[in-house]
Amino acid sequence: MALLEVKDLRTSFKTEDGVVKAVDGVSFSVEKGQTLGIVGESGCGKSVTCLTIMGLNAKRNTVSSGEALWKGKNLLTAKQRELREIRGDEMSMIFQDPMTSLNPVHSIGKQLVEAVQLHRDVTSRVARARALELLKAVGIPKAEARIDDYPHQFSGGMRQRVMIAMALINDPDLLIADEPTTALDVTTQAQILSLMKRLQQDFGSAIIFITHDLGVIAETADDVLVMYAAKVVEQANVSDLFNRPQHPYTWGLMGSLPRLEADMERLVQIPGQPPSLLRPPRGCRFHPRCPYVMNICRETEPELESTQHDPAHLQRCHLDEETKEREARKLLEATLAEAG
Amino acid sequence: MATTDVATRSEEFTPAGDELLVVQDVKKYFPITRGIIFQKAIGSVKAVDGVSFGIKQGETLGIVGESGCGKSTLARCIVRLLDSTDGSITFEGRDITKLSRMQMRPIRREMTMIFQDPYASLNPRKRVGFIIGEPLEVHKLGTPAEVKTRVQELLEVVGLNPEHYNRFPHEFSGGQRQRIGVARALAVNPKLIVCDEPVSALDVSVQAQILNLLKDLQDDFGLTYVFIAHDLNVVRHISDRVLVMYLGKIAEVADRDTLYREPKHPYTGALLSAVPIANPELGRQREPIVLEGDVPSPVNPPSGCRFHPRCPRFVEGHCDVEDPPLYPFGAGHVAACHYPLERWPMKADEMRRASGSSREPTPA
Amino acid sequence: MFRYLVRRILWALLLFLIITFVTFVIFFMAPQDPARAQCGGDQASRACLELATEKLGLDKPIYIQYKNFLKTLVVDHSLGYSYATRASLNEAIMEDARVTASLVIGGAVLWMLIALSVGVYSALRPRSLVDRAAMVFVLVGVSAHPVWIGLIFSYFFGVKWGITPIANYANFFGAPPDSGLPGGPWQWFYHMILPWATFAILFAALYVRMIRANVMETLNEDFVRTARAKGAPERRVLFSHVLRNAMLPVVTMLGMDIGVALGGAIFTESVYQLPGLGREAVGAIAAQDLATLQAIVVFSTIAILFFNLVVDVLYAWIDPRIRLS
Repeated sequence: MALLEVKDLRTSFKTEDGVVKAVDGVSFSVEKGQTLGIVGESGCGKSVTCLTIMGLNAKRNTVSSGEALWKGKNLLTAKQRELREIRGDEMSMIFQDPMTSLNPVHSIGKQLVEAVQLHRDVTSRVARARALELLKAVGIPKAEARIDDYPHQFSGGMRQRVMIAMALINDPDLLIADEPTTALDVTTQAQILSLMKRLQQDFGSAIIFITHDLGVIAETADDVLVMYAAKVVEQANVSDLFNRPQHPYTWGLMGSLPRLEADMERLVQIPGQPPSLLRPPRGCRFHPRCPYVMNICRETEPELESTQHDPAHLQRCHLDEETKEREARKLLEATLAEAG
Repeated sequence: MATTDVATRSEEFTPAGDELLVVQDVKKYFPITRGIIFQKAIGSVKAVDGVSFGIKQGETLGIVGESGCGKSTLARCIVRLLDSTDGSITFEGRDITKLSRMQMRPIRREMTMIFQDPYASLNPRKRVGFIIGEPLEVHKLGTPAEVKTRVQELLEVVGLNPEHYNRFPHEFSGGQRQRIGVARALAVNPKLIVCDEPVSALDVSVQAQILNLLKDLQDDFGLTYVFIAHDLNVVRHISDRVLVMYLGKIAEVADRDTLYREPKHPYTGALLSAVPIANPELGRQREPIVLEGDVPSPVNPPSGCRFHPRCPRFVEGHCDVEDPPLYPFGAGHVAACHYPLERWPMKADEMRRASGSSREPTPA
Repeated sequence: MFRYLVRRILWALLLFLIITFVTFVIFFMAPQDPARAQCGGDQASRACLELATEKLGLDKPIYIQYKNFLKTLVVDHSLGYSYATRASLNEAIMEDARVTASLVIGGAVLWMLIALSVGVYSALRPRSLVDRAAMVFVLVGVSAHPVWIGLIFSYFFGVKWGITPIANYANFFGAPPDSGLPGGPWQWFYHMILPWATFAILFAALYVRMIRANVMETLNEDFVRTARAKGAPERRVLFSHVLRNAMLPVVTMLGMDIGVALGGAIFTESVYQLPGLGREAVGAIAAQDLATLQAIVVFSTIAILFFNLVVDVLYAWIDPRIRLS
């Protein structure tokens, strides 16, 4: 049984302008110890998917349906109390902005101890020892001296380490990381990514890694979901996705990326803007921006289907297999032009 | 300055003479005040501390560095949104640091700026036509009818619908707003545009649109860019020459291909090695040179070389004592390092060994 | 932290000097002769006038007068003597301050109880029935004048239903013997019910609105989401993470409002005939008793500065970013 199995997850928000379907029929599963990457641009629904699984959307204006089976139990219908017991214990989350994700009025020690004591019936002394252990594990220098410091006394990179320590403190089975390095500088990002890799080996947690950065995805994920306008448009294991991308949106993303390892005189650009989720386009949601658009794309929405070469590689596009293979090869040649 | 034998100090930078803009030993210190009732200066944040370079007409100079390295402050000093503390900025042969507001006016037509945040840099209560046309009116370039025609022309040039003349900024998406920012910068036909992180707030696909637009405009109008960014991929894509800053100083300058293929400064090396590669096979072979700790405070910068506390090649008694000058490596390539990299790529422990560093290897 | 406190205290002292000097100048520049007032107005004898002028130091330049005034205040701890009654102002002001403090502190407790419960509840359930009702209350509370509220309350609670007294003050520690006045803690409380309610309504309304806005804003902070992601129950999220952050600006306002109100809750005191500072000030103006007015200004300045200092300390205690800077 998969650790987490998400089936046809849908989340919509009621707003003043109407109903926004932020996640519209997303399915995937995460196995023990695996890293699933979710990639897409802002507003594609990647964060909302994870907040829905965690039960962290505002209750008032949100409606969710579908299933998120955590070790067989549906989180969407679970009671608040059951969810609370899972959150922060079996399943935890780190967020994009380390500057605002820690409470400014409590010391980091207190916040870490709270995380332990919410789930373990242990004395403060034991919880504090555990907190210290984790601060050392995430590489906070002089952890003994710094445990009583407040968040504002740490740099952004150090705060993200504290967040990671807090997320791992109860040995979770799944860690959801929502753009954990986006707000950080590139050398700090390298520190955090290598820390996460090492900790995953030590703790054996599965990770859902949400990011807009294809480079980060390529280096961290085992499997990847590409999301566009609240739907999954492509899903594959990481080397298949990067070597044989099958969806025009994925091509666009890869082609629009300036790269260190390749010279591209002109970037491939995806024209236009992502659509409004209040009134998504008919047919394929990508058709207004797609250079390969056909008549059928404007009318009928493609299903998420297996490709011929690999049943586990899913894509949502009407184009024929041959064109896809050709375009994928072209893209690969362009981006590998000067590699090495 | 290309091939002198003697180490060239940054303040001894000698321009070739055909540059559009020459920045010479520019410093920007922000005073730190302290006091119970009366404030007195007790120190200063050395945001920019002696930076010199030149840009030729039609060239793009990329300035790259991490947050707090002083790149944005430098940008603001160049267009005189900030007055530099020391040094000179020569635009078309004229030092603009000493000019009065009135004397600056005609020069503001020659150099404009594009900002990072397309949400914050446009006045939400003004119509797009007014925002783009304002610089024209300020400089009295045309009758209202002419301004309107020009604005519509500009909207078309940056890929927006000229009929959206009367809309407000909030009616546009992030990418479109950045196009408005570009149109505003273009309105007065400048020679130089200083772009301060123009694509950092945008999604990848939209980022590509803006980068392509900037390149096209450069070809069409012969523009010169100072392009500031923290993303090394983006800087590599758009720049002819790249300047790496660390804690207010130049770490390395070289033309683009040289800098990315044969970096000499260990900091440049660390930056390059830290960039994730969007290719699973290549990316996973990558062994980033993980720097220890954080960027130190620019209030009390480290002694000697500012990078020494984090540098894998640190040699005690030298790097922490003597501030390295910009050593020349040929063809305008300079790097401020006593122990420049012998080759590239290099792994962290190779880097250490090659210089006989006194630093013990530490895990991430 | 130490530097911060020292800075705050020095600022308070400086402000005190400036404020007292300005009031001093204004009062003693006024086209009125304190000596004449002291000698019985228009019929004052020349001798009396000369004596009084010299005694009050009115023949000296203003900065000397100010220096003397400060000296009396600091060295003798004296606010001076009333022109009208020649009584020591220390006692009179202390007497009045007790009444005003009863009103203000009790009122503050009441308005914070109302504002916290209603404000937090509204923030947790925006657009609910309670929230909408609270908004109506805010509108009424902010627009209604305390005198009007006081009259309505007196009429219904006091006159019509006879539940509460409608005027006068009862000393908490017991009335002077044989005075025939009510006294003791219960009578004190009984007499203060309506004044407290009247006084608290305006502030309760303002604070409901402020607390609601602050709590709603804090609920959207990232660290609140972090707390929920840790598995913290809502009650804990609210008390440990939201309220402490949301109360920071409220504490500031509370300190300032209490300080200002101690200078005289004139309207409420007038409606319920409470012998507090506000009423004393009104009386002193009518009697052209500048010395008393000056004493009240000095007293309320000290109160405001003191409560601001308390706020600064509290603020530093709540917010480590200030404490550790």
